[in-house]
Amino acid sequence: MNALPLLWAVPALPLAGAIVNGVLAGKLPRRLVSAIGTGTVGVAFLIAAACFLELLRLPAGERVFVQQLYSWVDSGDLHVPVRFAMDPLSAVMMLIVTGVGFLIHVYSTGYMGHEKAYGRYFSYLNLFTFAMLVLVMADNFLVMFFGWEGVGLCSYLLIGFWYERPSAAAAGKKAFIVNRIGDFGFLVAMFLIFTRFGTLDFATVFAKAPAAFLPGGAVVTAITLFLFLGCTGKSAQIPLYIWLPDAMQGPTPVSALIHAATMVTAGVYLVARCGVLFALSPLGSAVVAGVGALTALFAATIALKQWDIKRVLAYSTVSQLGYMFVGVGTGAYAAGMFHLVTHAFFKALLFLGSGSVIHAIHHAYHATHTHEDAQDMRNMGGLARYMPWTAALMWIATLAIAGIPPLSGFFSKDEILGAAFAEGTVRPVWYVFWAMGIAAALLTAFYMTRLMLYTFHGPNRTGEREREHLHEAPPVMTGPLVVLGVLTVMGGALNVPDLFGGNAFLEHWLEPVTSLAQRLHPAVEVAHATEWALVAGAVLIAALGIVGAFRLLKPEALVPARLAPPQTGLARFLWKKWYVDELYDAIIVRPVMWLSREVFWKIVDQRIVDGLLVNGTAAASRALGWLGSRLQTGEVGVYVVLFVIGVLAVVGAVVR
Amino acid sequence: MGGLQAVPLLWYQVLAAVLFTIGVVGVLVRRSALVIFMSIELMLNAVNLSLIAFSRQHGNMDGHIIVFFVMAVAAAEVSVGLAILVSIFRSRETANVDDVHLLKG
Repeated sequence: MNALPLLWAVPALPLAGAIVNGVLAGKLPRRLVSAIGTGTVGVAFLIAAACFLELLRLPAGERVFVQQLYSWVDSGDLHVPVRFAMDPLSAVMMLIVTGVGFLIHVYSTGYMGHEKAYGRYFSYLNLFTFAMLVLVMADNFLVMFFGWEGVGLCSYLLIGFWYERPSAAAAGKKAFIVNRIGDFGFLVAMFLIFTRFGTLDFATVFAKAPAAFLPGGAVVTAITLFLFLGCTGKSAQIPLYIWLPDAMQGPTPVSALIHAATMVTAGVYLVARCGVLFALSPLGSAVVAGVGALTALFAATIALKQWDIKRVLAYSTVSQLGYMFVGVGTGAYAAGMFHLVTHAFFKALLFLGSGSVIHAIHHAYHATHTHEDAQDMRNMGGLARYMPWTAALMWIATLAIAGIPPLSGFFSKDEILGAAFAEGTVRPVWYVFWAMGIAAALLTAFYMTRLMLYTFHGPNRTGEREREHLHEAPPVMTGPLVVLGVLTVMGGALNVPDLFGGNAFLEHWLEPVTSLAQRLHPAVEVAHATEWALVAGAVLIAALGIVGAFRLLKPEALVPARLAPPQTGLARFLWKKWYVDELYDAIIVRPVMWLSREVFWKIVDQRIVDGLLVNGTAAASRALGWLGSRLQTGEVGVYVVLFVIGVLAVVGAVVR
Repeated sequence: MGGLQAVPLLWYQVLAAVLFTIGVVGVLVRRSALVIFMSIELMLNAVNLSLIAFSRQHGNMDGHIIVFFVMAVAAAEVSVGLAILVSIFRSRETANVDDVHLLKG
C-alpha cells in the first residue's frame, strides 16, 4: 500500500491529540491521556516512516511528494495554498520530530506522572509536534511561518508550564519576546522575497533565484541576513541566544524535545532549505558560519562554569547549534543536517538522562522534606552507584558529543570542521571559523566530562538521609534512554564519509534538495592526507579535553551548594555568563522600560490617549449635551412657542 | 348648494383663521391649564369649520367624515386631558402650567 496519500495525517494526528487532551483536560483518566498523547505521535511516526520508505523506492530525482489541502490566502497577487511537501530534507526532519518526539512523549508519562496538569502538558506537547511538523512540511514561506510561530507559542507555553513559579513565567516571556525580534527578520525577508518574485512558494523562488539575483547582490544579501536574524532567534545564536538557558525553567522532557532536538534546529533547517539564496550571497553565508563559530566557542566557555546541570546542557545546545550553522553556512548542508540528526539523538539522551537525575534527587529531597536545589551538580555526585543505567547511557552521549569515534557525534562534527577547513583554502576567513570550532570542541569535551564527573562520580553530596531515597528511574523513562543510546551509537552510520569507506547515505539522500545550491557554490575538496590529519587532530583534541577534565577536576573537593563559597575571578565571570544578561538589561531592557513607562505610558497613554482622546471626547459630548439641555426648560409654554415658530417656518417655506 | 352660496367661501376661511389664531395666542399666553385646553378646542373647531366649508364647496363628503373623527377624538382627548389635570391639581394644588416643569433638562 502506498502510504504517501496519508501524508496529511502526520501533522493532523498530533493536532487531534492536542485538541482532545486540551478540551478534556482534567476529565480524562491519566492512562487515556498518555495513550492519546503518545499514540498520536507514535502513529504519525509510523506513517512518516512508511512515507520515507516509499520515497526511498523512487528514483533520486523524483523524491518529492506534494499534497495540497486547501487554498489558505487568495488575495490579489498573493496565493498561498496549504500544501504539505515531503522531500528528502523534510523527510529527515519529519522522522526526527516524530521519532525522537515519540520517545520523549513516552518518557514524559514517567517524568510528569505525578503532575496535576497532566492533560494540559500532553496537549501542549502534541500541539508543539503539530506545529513543528507544519514548519518542516510546508512548501512555502508563509505556511512555514505559521509553524515557526506555532512552535514559538508552544515553547512559551511549555517553558511557563509551572506558571505559578515567577521565574518560569518570566523565562517564558523572555523566550517569546526575544523570538519576536527574530520573527521580525523572517517577516522582512518574506516581504522582500514576495516583492521580488511575487510568490512565496519554495520551488518557484529557488528555481528563479539564480537568474533573478547577481551573486552577492544587495537584495539577496539582505534577504539572507534577515532570514538569518530569524534563525538567531529561533535557534539561539548570538545575539539572541539569551532565552534558551532560561528556558530550562520548563519541564526537562520539554527541554529535550523543544530546546535540544527539534524547535531550536528550525533555523538550521531554514538555512538548509534556502540554501540557494545563501549560496548566492557570500556575505550572508559568511555571517551564518561566523556567527555559528563564535556562538559555538562563546557558549562553550559559559558551559565550563555552570553548576545547574540543565544549564550546562543548555549552553552546550547553543554551542552545538553554532556548529550546525558553521556547516550550513559553509555550504555543507548534508554535514549540518547530519549534525542536527545526531545532536537530536545524543542531546535528547543527555537531557532525558539529566531529567532522570533531577527526578531522583527531587524525590530524595521530597521524601525528607528538604528544600535544596535538585538541579545543582554540587548537590549530586556519586550517582553512578544509584543509577547505573542513566550513568552508562549519559557517558555514551558524552563521548558522542565530545567527538570520540565511532560514536555519531564524531562523524557529524568532523564533517563540519572538515568542510570549514576545506572552505578556508578558498576563503581564508574560514580558517578562523575552523579554529574556533576546534577550540569549542576542546571545551565541549571538557565541560561534558566535568558534568559527568560531578554528577555521577566522586562522593555523594546529596545528604545523609536523602541518600537512601536515591534510585534509578522507572523503565518507562529508561526505555527511551536506551533507544536513544542505541541511536547515539549507530547514528554515525547514516553518513559515513568516503574517507572511512562509507557510502555517505545522508549526503546522497539530500542531493536532490541541495544540488542547486551546490552547483552555485561547489564544495571544496582537500587531499585525503589532509582529511586524515584533521580527523586525527579532532580526536586528539577531544581526548585532550576529556583527559584534562579528569586531571584538573576534583569531585572530592566539592561541597554542597548551600555551603559553597562564592566564586571569584574568571570563574565568576563565566558563571555569570559574561554578564551578557546584565549588559542587555542595561542597554536594551531598561531604556525600553523607561521609554515605555515615562513616555508611552505617562505621556502618550495617560495624557494623549486617555486625556485628550478618551476623556476629551467625553467632555466634548457633555458640553454639547449641556448646550442642548438649555432648550429643555420643562415649561410647556416655551415648548409651545418653539413649536409654533417651527410650524410657521414650515408653513412659510411650503407656501413660498 | 343654494342658500349658502350667498356667503362666499373666503368668509368661512377668514373666520376659521381668526378662531385658530385666537386659539394659538390663548395657548401661548395663558398659564391656566384649563384655559389652554379651551384654546386647543378652539383651534380644533376652527379647523373643523374650515373642513366643512371646503366640503360643501366641493360637494364632497370626505371633509364631513374627517370632522366627525376630529370631534370623536377631541372628546376622548379632553376626557384624558381633564383626568390628568385633575390628578395634577390633586397632587400640587395648582393648574398653572409654569409650576409643572419637572422635565427640565
